[in-house]
Order: sequence, then structure tokens, then C-alpha cells
Amino acid sequence: MEYKETRRGYVDALIELAETHPELVVLDADVAKATKTELFQDRFPGRFFNCGVQEQNMLSVAAGLAMEGFLPFASTFGVFATCRAADQMRNSIAYPKVNVKIGATHCGITTGGDGASHQSNEDIAIARSFPHMTVLVPGDYEEARQATLAAANHPGPVYLRFGRDSYPVVPEIHTPFSIGKGKLVKKGSEITLISTGIMVNEVLKAQEILEKRGISARVLHFPSVKPLDEPLLIAAAKETRGIVTAEEHSIIGGLGEAVAATVAANCPCAVRRVGVQDVFGESGMAGELMDKYGLRAPDIVDEAMRILTMK
Amino acid sequence: MKTSAGMEKIARNDLAGFRKKAKTIRESILTMVHQANSGHVGGSLGATDPLVALYYHVMDHRPDHPDWEDRDRFILSKGHCTPVLYSVLADCGYFPMSDLATFRRPGSHLQGHPYQPKTPGVEASTGTLGLGISTGVGMALGAKIRNQGHYYYILCGDGEIQEGQVWEAAMFANKYKLDNVVGIVDRNYLQTDGNSEEIMPLDPLVPKWESFGWHVQEIDGHDYLAIIDAVTEAKAVRGKPSMIVANTVKGKGVAFMENVVKWHGTPPDNDEYNKALKALENGI
Repeated sequence: MEYKETRRGYVDALIELAETHPELVVLDADVAKATKTELFQDRFPGRFFNCGVQEQNMLSVAAGLAMEGFLPFASTFGVFATCRAADQMRNSIAYPKVNVKIGATHCGITTGGDGASHQSNEDIAIARSFPHMTVLVPGDYEEARQATLAAANHPGPVYLRFGRDSYPVVPEIHTPFSIGKGKLVKKGSEITLISTGIMVNEVLKAQEILEKRGISARVLHFPSVKPLDEPLLIAAAKETRGIVTAEEHSIIGGLGEAVAATVAANCPCAVRRVGVQDVFGESGMAGELMDKYGLRAPDIVDEAMRILTMK
Repeated sequence: MKTSAGMEKIARNDLAGFRKKAKTIRESILTMVHQANSGHVGGSLGATDPLVALYYHVMDHRPDHPDWEDRDRFILSKGHCTPVLYSVLADCGYFPMSDLATFRRPGSHLQGHPYQPKTPGVEASTGTLGLGISTGVGMALGAKIRNQGHYYYILCGDGEIQEGQVWEAAMFANKYKLDNVVGIVDRNYLQTDGNSEEIMPLDPLVPKWESFGWHVQEIDGHDYLAIIDAVTEAKAVRGKPSMIVANTVKGKGVAFMENVVKWHGTPPDNDEYNKALKALENGI
């Protein structure tokens, strides 16, 4: 299996976009080596602005640049973009619906060794709670690249979520990317498994395990957490016995709750959420943490079996 | 003297003209806040003279063409002082004077704090303190990238600059040599909970800004000539942003509101409103 960084997909797309979008500029907050935006800086130094360790100022500066007609991509770690600079994201960017893209890397527990302080497990919840905000959570390098290209051509604020690690390349999701659209990755009739972000790989493994047990699982992938593909979701709720969501994020406020709310309002069925429980993470290797915090295929299978054995 | 859109400018030495305009604006502030029974009257009265100097003499702007690319931009970083900003914008002709009666009402484009998408003439959405100066320096960077010659006038409250983000913006403007930024600190020593030097001391302000790499002047913020001359000096500075520390009186123009912290965010009742209008009348 091939592994690639999702953050690299972000920056490769930015370099691609630079040619076609002369108004595009990239900002970073002293983590350009980590977000990989230094690769953009090397190519387009006049269009790159390092704001220093100033995430709050960076997001408001990005808003100002957008108001003067630029297309700023503000880049930093997810935990800083959403928690440190939540006010600026809300009031400088989301509320006036300014055309700023926030490229957040090092999201989720797979950030690893830096520990809980840097593992952003709440950023989807925060970003999607703001009106006007689009939230994209790509599943691999190629989808990260496509999501970035789509964000550039989508007017208004977009939060783009990437990880730190190298993640499996999942050819099954390399279908055309469209904001607000989910992807039917595998057909199935008994249970629905829905991934966002890098959990797509674990969900596909879970589908195989279930298949071996003779259970037909439908696999959906939602790189667009907001807006959510409601028709695709509601069809799954109607046609299968229940839904398991999987996200490398807290089970509070992320994909799982978005799915549960939509299903509850339209076609109630059991929804069980795989994700980081209501706990902080800790230092460790990405894989070790996925094991320990219950983000693996067997965890998804367990939740599916709970639904299928419900009376 | 006229702007390109034909708006009458007040001549530099026309002191009576400035005073008359400021009185009109202050009446409007009191009326808006009284009608809405909500809003910030003290800071608005205190900031009236700097805004009058900027909008009626200093800035090049076209009320009939708010998106004119080469206009000078004014950003109200102390976003709660919308009564003075909206009064000035309406008086300039950005929108009808009658809109002022809708201030803080459902459906109005005149929100409690400035909302750029809705209100003609409002350049940036502000409200939580510290955002405006950051947004303003971001806009100013954009103008620098494009080699545009207009200026960004950013009014900060003195309480506001206790926000860390303000000093982030200060460093940023210095790094990128944003000499198209002219900041003004509305230095009235009063904030919501009391005297700034008791709540969170700010003095000495001039060396603080100087140490962040800004060109700094300290003036009487109610002296129109001083404001105009300070802006002229600021615009002549090259390679660094400018800050004007404008010493003002919160509640200026209405004697019983002057330097009284209560008038930060309390609307006047009927008696107080009538008394305030009379006080303005006597003050001129």
C-alpha cells in the first residue's frame, strides 16, 4: 500500500493554483516547514507571508487581504486555527463571509508525539458550528489536492483539514470531488459505514471483515462534512438497518453528530459513532494511538454488529 | 474644495465649519442611541472630532461610489462606536439619514457593531476588539502588493489595545513596512469597568508604539488642526506605519457625560436625552 501526506496534497494544489489564480496568496504562522507551505514559498516568495507565531492576527490579516480581492490560504495547525483563533475565524472570516481558506494541518490524534496539546480533535466541531463555513476533510493525498482545488474555486470561507502523518492512498475515493457531495464507495444493503478523512481506509477494511461474515455493508465517504450530502445519507438510512460513522476526531460535534442529526430528522435509524471518545489524547506513534483510541477497522465492525444485533 | 463625487470638504482653517459639523454628528449620535435605547454614546461623542476631521477633510472618498478602488479606507476597530460612524456615513450620503432610526433593530443594515457586507461605507466587520487593526493591516498589505496609493485609517480604543492581537498587528505592520497605515488611538482613559490605568495600565503609550517600530505622534484629539497636521506628517513617513495617540474626552460635548464611565454603554433616558441636546447647544 502506498502512503502519502495529506498536507502535501494541500501544498501541491496551492502550487498548481498559483498559475491559474494570480490573486492567490499563502500565509503561515511560523510552521511553514511543518505545513509544507515552504514549498510554495520557494516557488512564489512574493506571494507568501509568514506572520510569525500569530494565528489570531494571521486570520484577520487574511480577511483583510480577501476584502481587497486576494485569495488567501491561511495555514497553520488545526488546534491553533480553530481553538487559538476561533474568534478571528468567526468574526473576521465566517460572519462577513469573507473569501478566506484555512488550511489546517496536524489535525486529529495521528499528530502523534506532540501529545494532546497539539492533537486537534475538536476542530471539525468548532469550524462547522460557524454559519457560512464550509468544512472539508479529505481522506488521502489525492483527495486533499482535489479539495484544495475545489476550495479555491468556491466563494466564501472554507476550512480544510489535513493530518501530519503519511496516510494510505485509497484509489476507491479518487472520483470527481464536489463540495457538498458524498461518495458511494461500495454498494451494500444491510448496514452503512460512513467515513470522513483518513478513516476511509479503516472503513474499507471493516467492510471486508463484515463481508467475510456474510454481512453486506454499504460504504460512503464524506469529505465534505459541511455541507453534508443529505440525499445520499438519507437513502442509506432508508435502505440499510443503521449507520456507523468513523472519524479521526472527537465523537462530539463532528461527522457522527452531523449524520445523527440529519438522520433523526428525516429517517430515524440507529447511528453509532467511532471516533475519539470525550477524552484528550497523549503522545505516541500515529498507529499506536489509532489502536489505543479505538479508531481501527475492528472498532467499526464492533459498532456495526451492535446495530445488527439490536432488537 | 470637493472630492471627486462632489462632497463638500471642510477647509483646513474653517474651525467653525468643523464645529458645526461635529455638533450635527453629536446630535445624531444621541438621537440614535436614545431611539434604539441601546448603544455606546460616550466613546462615540469622544471620537466625533477625529472622524469629522477624517471624513470631511482628510480622506478621499466617494459616498456615491463606496467601492471606488482608490478611496481611502477608515476602519472602526473600536467597533462599538457605530453611532458616530453611522452618523458620519449617513451625513456624507452613503445611505439615507432615515436609516439611522433603524439602528440595532431587526432587519436593519445598521448592526450594533459594523458589518461590512450590509452597510455602504463600512470597510471592515469589527466588534470583538483587536480584529479591526489586524484586518486593516491585512488590507494595507494588499494595497502594498498592488502598489496602490490610498491610506488606511484605523481607529482603536485605548481599552482595546489591551488585546494581545493589537500588538500582533503592530509587529506585522512594522515587518511589512506598511506606511499606508495611519492608526489612531482614542486615548480617553476610560473603559467599560473604569479607568484604564486601574483596569490594565497602558501608559506610557508613545514609547510602547515606538518600540514596535511605529512613527508616533501625540495630539489633542479634539483639535481639528492638530489631527489634520498629524495625518499630514504620518503620510509623509516612509517605510513604517504611523500611530497618532489622540487624547480625547469620553462623552465630549455633553458636559454631564464627559469623563463619566457610566456613559460607555448606557443609553440616555428621555430627560437625559433632552438635557444632552441642550448641553450640546450651549457648548457651541
